Amino acid sequence: MALDLHYTPDELRFRAEVRAWMVAHVPAQPLPTLEGEQGFALHREWEKTLAAGSWGMITWPREYGGRGASLIEWLIFEEEYYRANAPLRVNQNGIFLLGPTLMEFGSAQQKARFLPKMAAGEEIWAQAWSEPQAGSDLAALRSTATREGDEYVLRGHKIWSSRATFADWCFGIFRTDPASERHKGLTFFLVPLNHPGVRVRGIRQMHGEPGFAEIFFEDVRVPSAWRLGAEGEGWTIAMATAGFERGLMLRSPARFQVAAERLVRLYEQHAATADPALSSAVAQAVMDAEAYALSTYATATRLIAGGKIGVEASLNKIFWSELDVHIHRCALSLLGAFAELAAGDSAVVGHDAWLDGFIFSLAGPIYAGTNEIQRNIIAERLLGLPRG
Amino acid sequence: MDFTFTEEQQMMAGAFRELTDDLCAPAALRAAFEGRGESSAARWQRLTELGLPGMLAPESVGGMGLTLADFILIAEAAGRAALPETLVEHAGIAVPVLSALSADARGAAVLQAAVSGEARVAVSHPFNPFIVGADQATHVLVLTDHEVHLLSKDEAKLEGHQSIDALRSLARCTGSLQPGTCIARGAGASAATALAFECGALLTAAECAGLCDALVALAVSYAAERSQFGKKIGAYQAIKHQLANVQVKLEFARPVLYAAATQATVLSGRSRFGVSHAKLAATDAADLAGRTAVQVHGAMGYSWEVDVHFYLKRALGLTGMWGDRSFHMRRVQQQLFSEHLAIGPDALFGVFKELP
Repeated sequence: MALDLHYTPDELRFRAEVRAWMVAHVPAQPLPTLEGEQGFALHREWEKTLAAGSWGMITWPREYGGRGASLIEWLIFEEEYYRANAPLRVNQNGIFLLGPTLMEFGSAQQKARFLPKMAAGEEIWAQAWSEPQAGSDLAALRSTATREGDEYVLRGHKIWSSRATFADWCFGIFRTDPASERHKGLTFFLVPLNHPGVRVRGIRQMHGEPGFAEIFFEDVRVPSAWRLGAEGEGWTIAMATAGFERGLMLRSPARFQVAAERLVRLYEQHAATADPALSSAVAQAVMDAEAYALSTYATATRLIAGGKIGVEASLNKIFWSELDVHIHRCALSLLGAFAELAAGDSAVVGHDAWLDGFIFSLAGPIYAGTNEIQRNIIAERLLGLPRG
Repeated sequence: MDFTFTEEQQMMAGAFRELTDDLCAPAALRAAFEGRGESSAARWQRLTELGLPGMLAPESVGGMGLTLADFILIAEAAGRAALPETLVEHAGIAVPVLSALSADARGAAVLQAAVSGEARVAVSHPFNPFIVGADQATHVLVLTDHEVHLLSKDEAKLEGHQSIDALRSLARCTGSLQPGTCIARGAGASAATALAFECGALLTAAECAGLCDALVALAVSYAAERSQFGKKIGAYQAIKHQLANVQVKLEFARPVLYAAATQATVLSGRSRFGVSHAKLAATDAADLAGRTAVQVHGAMGYSWEVDVHFYLKRALGLTGMWGDRSFHMRRVQQQLFSEHLAIGPDALFGVFKELP
């Protein structure tokens, strides 16, 4: 039956189960930011707590530490997760990006080796895409992998790798064919960050924590078992990973619905003195958060019916990243002169970290492929405009 | 949970789109705009052959017994085509209202004729200063908060007004309402008037989404052909990004629209919020699409000869009808800030009440 927007009794029972578990397990006090050392360690512990409850990555098959849950159950899980104000997922690069990529392109041995530890939070993953000369133009990358017997030797310099300072493994693409250009001749590798020849140097982010890192590969010898897919298949696999990143998994609608709900409460506290235009801006935030949620349910049911996620991943990415900025700008406007107070200051009112959220929201239109790149993708692949 | 349309719904919409591709081809639309070409009666005849006027009437009166969720793609396609006939008002508002009030004998008789398409019913509603499509109508359904009247066109004593959209005839009723034309009073009448408003707002939103689609298509096709500085203008990011922005608005208006269609007639706080959200999202998308399409066409876009203005003008008219932007924004705010509508992630498809 079409356009049937109801949960099944099983789905409602599932929501109750998630809610009960979250009530019993989510830390009462928010954890320190996962961009710093102490916060990272606490978030890693939280992943283990989740895994102990079999909540690590519920959509995965049981053999990999999942529950074989449906996409609708996944959305329900995320709704309850954010509603409970549970900690951010420190292993998001693993579970949301590399996990689905491994599921599609990995060998049976690779899936068995990497997925369970990923779901269990035992191995935390970082991305190794960008290079100093290759940001939006990723195909301009220069890092190389040279085959020697059954091994590859990696050389190069990756940068803007989120949380690589504290993570265990990284994944990225390297040029295996020195004669190749652009998107050809690239290969996808998985590398432990403590492997001989790998050097990680933290980069402080706007908020002062070393949330970014650069990764130097100095004659790093890796076995071919750590190559994902075939030689030369790296670009195709990387684009699939990017699709997962922009698509259904990385930014659940619930995150924004919960933020919008808090924004309404904040507005109510300031309604008497707020610029009247802010009432419309806050209402718009709520509407956009719901629009994103509805769109996600639409995508999920289309995928369940056998569809594939395509260029709509780029539409999503623009929409949620701009929504996040909008929500936080509204909040800072309402807070007025209190907006600038650093987290933890004694004059901060309430527990909602609006300033941290605002700073973080500024990264949204940049990571996972800048919104400018997404607009090009929409224009060329969805609308059919000529390539530039 | 299923957000897809059935094969039947898609086939129906597909057949209608094929028909409008013919009826509202650019040359036909232009002819209609300039008062030439096929008559409205001839186009209406083709619409009735698909059974469209009676889609939402019960099967007992010869209708198809379908719901707003079945009709939403039809309304969207009507917008996309800038269909001159007020099929949406007739089939999507007047027919369901008459179906709800069919206890009245006169209402029932006109409903029968409206289902077959013999009668064409225009709608007068307290929220709308004008009746649309009255020039082609045989009857006017006059909705007020306390009474519903069904007037023949003569009884309505219409005073014509001119829209910038030459395909939208506007009128006002100047005749006074007599007891003899009343088909419902009291609670039944106010419920019908409220129901008509939700249908009207929802379906004009769908038309706006369709208009947005048509405007993007026009701009894309021009940008792919027109060259400047030795390149197709569509290859420039300045053009690409503007059109991508419109597409983002459209893609995030559609699921809102479809979700609202499943519950618009419930008349709850949640359903009203959803309908208002749909109207705001779709009219915002159409507004941006109209302005962007003109800009992408450059001076051509400002000319009579390019078709952009048909769609831009229709969007302008629909945006103010069935509650303008201010009305719907205020209604959303009222739900949020006064009625404290549940908006958490567990409240999107009905509030989940178990546990804390």
